Amino acid sequence: MRNDMFSMLRRSPHCLQQARKSGSRLGAVLACLLIFFMAVPDMAMAYSDEELRNVAERLDAKSSTQKIEVIEEMAADGDPRVAPILRAMLEGDLYVRESDEHVVITRKQGKVYTHIDIVSGEEIGESGSKEISKIKVNNRLRGVLRDALATLNLFSPDLTTRTNAVEQIMDARDPAMLPLLLRAIDREEDETLLARMELARATMALAAGETTEERLAAIEVLSSETTPQIRAVLYQFVASAEAGGFEPEVIAAANDALESVEGRLSTWQTVGDVYRGISLGSVLLLAAVGLAITFGVMGVINMAHGEMIMIGAYTTFMVQQALGSFLPSGSAWSLAISVPAAFLVAGAVGVVIERSVIRFLYGRPLETLLATWGVSLVLQQAIRTIFGATNQQVTAPDFMSGAIEFSTGLVLTYNRLWIILFSIIVVAGIAAVLRYTAFGLQMRAVTQNRRMAGSVGIRTGYVDALTFGLGSGIAGIAGVALSQISNVSPNLGQTYIIDSFMVVVFGGVGNLWGTVLGAFSLGIVNKFLEPVAGAVLAKIFVLIALILFIQKRPKGLFALKGRAVEA
Amino acid sequence: MTDYRQKYQMTPVIGWLLNDRGGMILLGILIAAAILVPMSNLLLPESSAFHVPTWMVSLLGKYLCYALLALSVDLIWGFCGILSLGHGAFFALGGYAMGMYLMRQIGDRGVYGDPVLPDFMVFLNWQELPWYWYGFDMFWFAIVMAMFVPGLLAFVFGFLAFRSRVTGVYLSIITQAMTYALLLAFFRNDMGFGGNNGLTDFKDLLGYSLQSDGTRAGLFVASCVFLGICYVVARGITQSRLGKVLIAIRDAESRVRFTGYRVEYYKLFVFTVSAVMAGIAGALYVPQVGIINPGEFAPALSIEIVIWVAVGGRGTLYGAVLGAFIVNYAKTFFTGAMPDFWLFFLGGLFIAVTLFLPKGVIGAIPAFGSPDRQSIITAWRKRRANEGGKA
Repeated sequence: MRNDMFSMLRRSPHCLQQARKSGSRLGAVLACLLIFFMAVPDMAMAYSDEELRNVAERLDAKSSTQKIEVIEEMAADGDPRVAPILRAMLEGDLYVRESDEHVVITRKQGKVYTHIDIVSGEEIGESGSKEISKIKVNNRLRGVLRDALATLNLFSPDLTTRTNAVEQIMDARDPAMLPLLLRAIDREEDETLLARMELARATMALAAGETTEERLAAIEVLSSETTPQIRAVLYQFVASAEAGGFEPEVIAAANDALESVEGRLSTWQTVGDVYRGISLGSVLLLAAVGLAITFGVMGVINMAHGEMIMIGAYTTFMVQQALGSFLPSGSAWSLAISVPAAFLVAGAVGVVIERSVIRFLYGRPLETLLATWGVSLVLQQAIRTIFGATNQQVTAPDFMSGAIEFSTGLVLTYNRLWIILFSIIVVAGIAAVLRYTAFGLQMRAVTQNRRMAGSVGIRTGYVDALTFGLGSGIAGIAGVALSQISNVSPNLGQTYIIDSFMVVVFGGVGNLWGTVLGAFSLGIVNKFLEPVAGAVLAKIFVLIALILFIQKRPKGLFALKGRAVEA
Repeated sequence: MTDYRQKYQMTPVIGWLLNDRGGMILLGILIAAAILVPMSNLLLPESSAFHVPTWMVSLLGKYLCYALLALSVDLIWGFCGILSLGHGAFFALGGYAMGMYLMRQIGDRGVYGDPVLPDFMVFLNWQELPWYWYGFDMFWFAIVMAMFVPGLLAFVFGFLAFRSRVTGVYLSIITQAMTYALLLAFFRNDMGFGGNNGLTDFKDLLGYSLQSDGTRAGLFVASCVFLGICYVVARGITQSRLGKVLIAIRDAESRVRFTGYRVEYYKLFVFTVSAVMAGIAGALYVPQVGIINPGEFAPALSIEIVIWVAVGGRGTLYGAVLGAFIVNYAKTFFTGAMPDFWLFFLGGLFIAVTLFLPKGVIGAIPAFGSPDRQSIITAWRKRRANEGGKA
């Protein structure tokens, strides 16, 4: 029987939980099996197809009283097919077909009524308005139908339906629903939902409760919650309490509860701000970390850095297109393939730029700035000519869509979480390359003393090219991640270039950890200012603060110590 | 070549003016243009071969404003080594000051017909004029503000930056941050400067319709005159003793400081003067193009100014003027004839000029070029040869 299957499904996670608490997995399995074989009927018998048809036909009774009897009978049954029928009746979509006296749900489109079978839920034909007659409802019936539907949902075998019903009750806070809710609480077995129901009961008992104790108990329940919704409930109560003539101790308790809920919510708000700040920080970090190598380590003002990010994003797009047309089954791996691909493409472009332009300009930072700006214009226009000026669609893989939502209003989207993780991995990777590889050692040697490094046999030109390639390649990898959160267009790089320079300059040139700290602190400060000042003003404040900061510490947070008058 | 400096010892100004061949040519052209172009536009019939159409007058006037802007950048970059990537901000502020005056001149002829409030304020449901719009109904006040506001910003910004010895690339980056912050700020409707759309729909200037040929010719003449005056001022600064200190700062800042000069004051002075010039350029520019919007604050535009100077020839003043004309004519040509090619050209220009023409077009002309006319590539080859090893 359908109903039993439902109840089994509904109970099994619950019994698993119970069993896990007691520490025995075997117990869980046994408990589930036991329930399965016992197959206890939950509420009542479900209708057979024929019974359902017959009982529905009786809805077309002459008097409202008779109709009410049928509705209540149907609602008490608990058959999942009842709810759509009652809903159709409530909305005036329930008709009797003249030809065979069958009750059908209709969907009206223009002058044509599509018939839907109440038993199977399938479309079974269509007609004009002449061939069918409406089952009439009046206001009294509508009230009954609404209650019946709420009951059906609240006692539905489906957990999600019940949860939604409870949420609806909580939003509406209609005291008339209280008795129904109490009955549901008696029956409910799912613990999470039970807690929600108790909460819903408390929100109603706050105003509609009869004794002081009841109200105090309700406040007690509410004060342990931390959601914006409950804050609104308490706030509303406190605001109207004076006029409502409630007892002073109830008002005092409600005030205390409101305060504690607000306190906890503001803590969560702070947590949320920090998280959003870290999320923005990780984006800034990804954008800036390549620059920390080209600018920070080599001292090259690479204005084409943003375009390396853009090339990475376009590589992601190309990989996705290629996989889509040649190997559709592998499209889930597109991001994994894009990361090395973007590194290689952007890195190669970087090496070409270094060999053809930048190597002539070492020690001339201002000239480098102008020349690389020229490179960035050429790259932008090249991409625009090849791909067009419009945004390209980069699809997100499944594991990056969706979010974890907390009842406190905090939402952690998966793509942001992945980007935070990804930025940490990238920085750790770079740190490892600089610290532990021969190339990293040579790179540091060339940075610290080019001539000495050359004297001991390091091919400095070669190291320069590779270092610049590394920085550009990492910008390309950043492009893979940023393609998930920003528009992939020829202007992508422009969006990030100023921010990237700010991060590197703020953190201190030549210091990877400075860049990390710079990115996260800029991100967090930005997100803390945003609720107060708005997004644009927050950004302006951060820029002004940075300009002032550079006056104080011209070499950033972590300046390399040295005796040079001019760096 | 006669050294006019010795000949006119009693009147040094004439001396250094006559001693400056490029400058003399520039001033000559400016005077000729200021007389001939309006005459040909206003007096000759349209059928005449020598008739300059009105759109050409406006276009040339626009180039003159760009030239003045380039001149202001060359004054600090070419002679003091300050590479400002935010000079567009001073230009735009000057432009906004003029735009505010032109806005107030519209009066009740706007779409909403409010006698005091500009259209966008009526649209935003503002009840009264914000305090910072007071006074802009007077022309002299707007002109003073067009110079004062950029000058003040440059003074405060420069005071902070130069005092703490922010130099080189760091200075370039924070000037860029400055113009970027202003860009974001002016995009906001709450700022009271028309937000995204900026200020436009101007009607007249000092009672003369902006659409009439006469006004346009007048603005052209004003642009010529101000470019000439600013050139003479800039030339005067660079030729004075102060100018010599500036060049010394450009070439060896620390050494100048150790010699006992207060480097930051010299820099601050020239930076502020340069910003005022940029403000004047903006104020002349707005009535000729008929609009000012936050786009003028875009960092990309400010970098473009630098390439005008580099193309013409850094550190010559008249080179900057030439560069502004060359690049902007190229821009007009390419964006009209083959728009896709423009950014390739501009980008290529940046690379080619820095690598092969460090002294710009002027440096490539033997009569103007200085003895060390080698390109960066040549210098790099020599250095590598000197080091004797593989680089």
